Amino acid sequence: MKKLLVYMKHYKKETVLAPLFKMLEASFELFVPLVMAAIVDTGIKNADIPYILKMGLLLVLLAVIGLGTSVTAQFFSAKAAVGFTAKIKHVLFEHIQSMNYAQVDKAGTSTLITRLTSDMNQVQSGVNLVLRLFLRSPIVVFGAMIMAFTIDVKAALIFVVTIPLLSIVVFGIMLISIPLYKKVQAALDRVLGITRENLSGVRVIRAFCREKEEQDRFDGYNDNLTQLQLFVGKISALMNPITYIIVNVATIVLIYTGAVQVDEGILTRGEVIALVNYMSQILVELVKLANLIITVTKAVACGNRIQAVLDTPAGIRVYTEEEAIAELQENSGSTDVEQCSTITKDAKVVFEHATLRYPGAGADSLSDVHLEVKQGETIGIIGGTGSGKSTLVQMIPRFYDATGGRVLVDGRDVKTYEPEKLIEKIGMVPQKAMLFAGTIRDNICWGKEDATDEEIWEALESAQAKDFVSEKEGQLDFEVQQGGRNLSGGQKQRLTIARALVKKPEILILDDSASALDYATDAALRAAIRKLDEEMTVFIVSQRTASVLHADRIIVLEDGDVAGIGTHDELLSTCEVYREIHESQLTGAKHGEEKDGVKHE
Amino acid sequence: MNKMSTVKQIFQYVKKHTFFLVLSVLFAAVSVVLTLYVPILIGDAVDLILSAGAVEFAGIIKILTTIAVCVGLTGLAQWIMNVCNNRITYHVVHDIRESAFDKLEKLPLSYLDTKTQGDVVSRIITDVDQFADGLLMGFTQFFTGVVTIVGTLLFMLTIHPGITVVVIVITPVSLFVAAFIAKRTYSMFQLQSKTRGEQTALIDEMIGGQKVVQAFGRQDEVLGQFDEINTRLQDCSLRATFFSSLTNPCTRFVNSLVYAAVGISGAALAIRGGITVGQLTSFLSYANQYTKPFNEISGVVTELQNALACAARIFEFINAEPESEDVPDTVEADGHVELSDVVFSYVPERPLIRDFNLKVEPGQRIAIVGPTGCGKTTVINLLMRFYDVKEGSIKIAGKDIRNITRKNLRTSFGMVLQDTWLRAGTIRDNIAMGKPDATLEEVIEAAKASHAHSFIKRLPQGYDTVIGEDGGNLSQGQKQLLCIARVMLCLPPMLILDEATSSIDTRTEIRIQKAFATMMQGRTSFIVAHRLSTIMEADVILVMKDGNIIEQGNHETLLAQGGFYKTLYESQF
Repeated sequence: MKKLLVYMKHYKKETVLAPLFKMLEASFELFVPLVMAAIVDTGIKNADIPYILKMGLLLVLLAVIGLGTSVTAQFFSAKAAVGFTAKIKHVLFEHIQSMNYAQVDKAGTSTLITRLTSDMNQVQSGVNLVLRLFLRSPIVVFGAMIMAFTIDVKAALIFVVTIPLLSIVVFGIMLISIPLYKKVQAALDRVLGITRENLSGVRVIRAFCREKEEQDRFDGYNDNLTQLQLFVGKISALMNPITYIIVNVATIVLIYTGAVQVDEGILTRGEVIALVNYMSQILVELVKLANLIITVTKAVACGNRIQAVLDTPAGIRVYTEEEAIAELQENSGSTDVEQCSTITKDAKVVFEHATLRYPGAGADSLSDVHLEVKQGETIGIIGGTGSGKSTLVQMIPRFYDATGGRVLVDGRDVKTYEPEKLIEKIGMVPQKAMLFAGTIRDNICWGKEDATDEEIWEALESAQAKDFVSEKEGQLDFEVQQGGRNLSGGQKQRLTIARALVKKPEILILDDSASALDYATDAALRAAIRKLDEEMTVFIVSQRTASVLHADRIIVLEDGDVAGIGTHDELLSTCEVYREIHESQLTGAKHGEEKDGVKHE
Repeated sequence: MNKMSTVKQIFQYVKKHTFFLVLSVLFAAVSVVLTLYVPILIGDAVDLILSAGAVEFAGIIKILTTIAVCVGLTGLAQWIMNVCNNRITYHVVHDIRESAFDKLEKLPLSYLDTKTQGDVVSRIITDVDQFADGLLMGFTQFFTGVVTIVGTLLFMLTIHPGITVVVIVITPVSLFVAAFIAKRTYSMFQLQSKTRGEQTALIDEMIGGQKVVQAFGRQDEVLGQFDEINTRLQDCSLRATFFSSLTNPCTRFVNSLVYAAVGISGAALAIRGGITVGQLTSFLSYANQYTKPFNEISGVVTELQNALACAARIFEFINAEPESEDVPDTVEADGHVELSDVVFSYVPERPLIRDFNLKVEPGQRIAIVGPTGCGKTTVINLLMRFYDVKEGSIKIAGKDIRNITRKNLRTSFGMVLQDTWLRAGTIRDNIAMGKPDATLEEVIEAAKASHAHSFIKRLPQGYDTVIGEDGGNLSQGQKQLLCIARVMLCLPPMLILDEATSSIDTRTEIRIQKAFATMMQGRTSFIVAHRLSTIMEADVILVMKDGNIIEQGNHETLLAQGGFYKTLYESQF
């Protein structure tokens, strides 16, 4: 939370002014007992009605000033709180955007969204409260003490003893309960988790007749939550009674001391009343403070959650040539960098003993992939589920960083590229066809911002999407709903392909992105891509041999290892894994080819 | 559900804690009365302090001792009240959550399928939470607030009726002010939540599609879009926050006015000897105390209304009609399944299955085919009795499935669904779901048979690896393998396979199909099929379209018929 406060600096003025005006308000409030004391000591004693009226008007005036200052304080604190949150939201959003795939995977999309939304709201109301009220309480408490000093030093010493005692109680209870509240929140998360799980798995749970066991599990979590809540509740329940007792005991002492002082002629009766008033003002403030603590506690907890995201190192670091080599040496444990000289100069993309292990994973997802790809080549990548096909191509645009070896594009380690420069060369069609709310044109223009309609249609035609787009109402102006809900799986895939093609990239990556297309469309697509640009280097990831059959070279992956590299014919005779895949699909093809389009919705 | 019945139902839950409720009310009354009595005592003490040399110490000490006792008792009473309230609230909430969850396990799927997951979760979690907050606040503040107001009025009246009237007349002004501000700020809050919604939608879309945003280097544009909404939100948020926060200063202003009025009128009276200075002191502290509960109560009333609304939503869920009672009879499944004259529809307006007849002999394979969204899962819903048939009957081993227990029926089927559902827990727990007492050897055996063993072995903790909610980091194919292993472990006499192999690569799939073939040997199987080979080997093919079964027969007869199956076959295979 602390580090977040840096962003308060844009609202320095407001952050200072809000408590300042609060302080003014509180100080004027502190004059009220003095005025009352004057009424008692002078007005009533001398039976001076005009004086009483004058003082009465003064009270009203103090009330008006109080209103004015507190409204001003509210304004500044609202401005600071809202502005502060808007600022962190911006920073956090930007930060999340710069996280790489591995970091997003690790954090989880849904929690990132919660942190940007509900956690932010909690922080906003927390900051607002702190600026407005949290600071008011100490001001009133210490102000009351100072005012007591102006009346009588001896009586004021009672305040000096009482206030630290109160602080110990208030902050002690707060310190004990904050971690407990965190535990409560975590227990609630578990209750939420099992509820969600039971909803999404209702059919499976019923199919396995596990209802009773699930209820028992839920009861366990629920009991745990209740126990924690009761425990925290017991501690928080102490706050009000204890503060009440301390303040009133202090009042008793105060009255007695006051009585002695009056008896000795040091104090007047009105002054004693004023001192008692100050003491009760402290009590009122403390009660208010206690009610705020939960809100503030929650805000701090949420602030820490936001901070945790910001603390994960911002994704993509651009290395210098030296740093990249140094890291390479460190990872490979050797100083032999000379091997890079063996790489042919005109290679477009090079995987140099590239290895990748996800953080926390037990084994490498990809190990020691070594491959040089020339400009204009088409590379097919094939392998089973979890064999590392997608991971391999995602290392080219640096969505994942190699944990061993390196990846080079145009002879340069990808880690040394400015991310934009690297992205510029690559057209990526991801596995999951993701479109965004907006028109078809908007979506295609993601690939090239200033694409003309002509270019867009050209790309659509190559992506085999021209026909269905021209049938849509409004054609390029057809409104795509969020996530592309109003399009079929095949249509979405073709649009994502067009989005990559409109860019006319140097490297095109199709990450298993034709799975919803039937064989004929798939073949037409591949032919169209080939015709587009002789110079374009293409990577096609697929589970079907038919999709990679015509590639210049095919890489066969199994469990993260390269099982074979070569042309279709070479692999058929040398690579057993490839042959097995091919034959398994051939048997299906004997009966006629299966259309994946059916199974994907 | 109207308010009255909601309140009644809340009392059903509170009733168990009557003892604590009575205790809480009792101690609340004690603490309020004592709290109000203390200022009078202080006033009395002040009256004994006249001037130098004229202080009655004996009297003062007596009064101060009384105060000390009162204060001690108040503290104790407050604490007991708080603890009682906590106890009641958290236990009631606990019980409500428990009944809600028990209901979740018993509700028919026809109810759950029409609700979104978020809706039900927010009822069981958020609504119950809000209700708890409201209930706790209601108990602690509403009651003490009312007692304080009444008590203060009585105390003030005993001191001086005239000044009391002054207090009574001015105080309601603060309520008017609060109501006025609340009304004016309502539209600002609406705008704020609308803009907030807009922002959440954008966040949801862009963080969800992060990989694409990065792949196209669109971070700057997206950030720009975000900032635009963010600025707008900042603007309307500021307005809503500021104007709503005016309530507090304004009511405090009214309070100060009351204070000044009491001060002036009290002082004027004191001169004429109407009241003592000590009484004026008590009055002033009452004037402060009297207005406070008004502000609190107006807050509590909104809170309570909110709590009541939340409670109504939870009770609507808890009171929903559960699945019909089981008929306590069982049957030994032998693979015979017979559907006769089955009529079914999800909603009466859209009839789906009409007069469907099918007789399945033990060991037969039934393939269900049809285009996307044709309602293939409906058949599964009926077989597993997730839904009941509207007319006709389904029999297994010659017995109507409505006349045996659901447990008996469902354990007779092994089911692999299209959406691979796994629970947060270890791999082993997930596989052993249908047979919790399975040994590790049995689990491994099942995993090997379903080709899941090789990937499980490579996970950091093997079979004890904990996977997160919804399968966590596992790939779609791996999740599916686990679901298959889960069924492999129990091997019931009948199988239901719903697109079970759709996202596994061909090679793994071939192996699984081999495993399935062994598994299906001698077992009646229903398969939502996509692979031509599966379809062609089936004994009966059910062709579905628009929710209805329009053709049935085997591959050859259906092709020869030249109907929808033929069109489907020609366009897709």
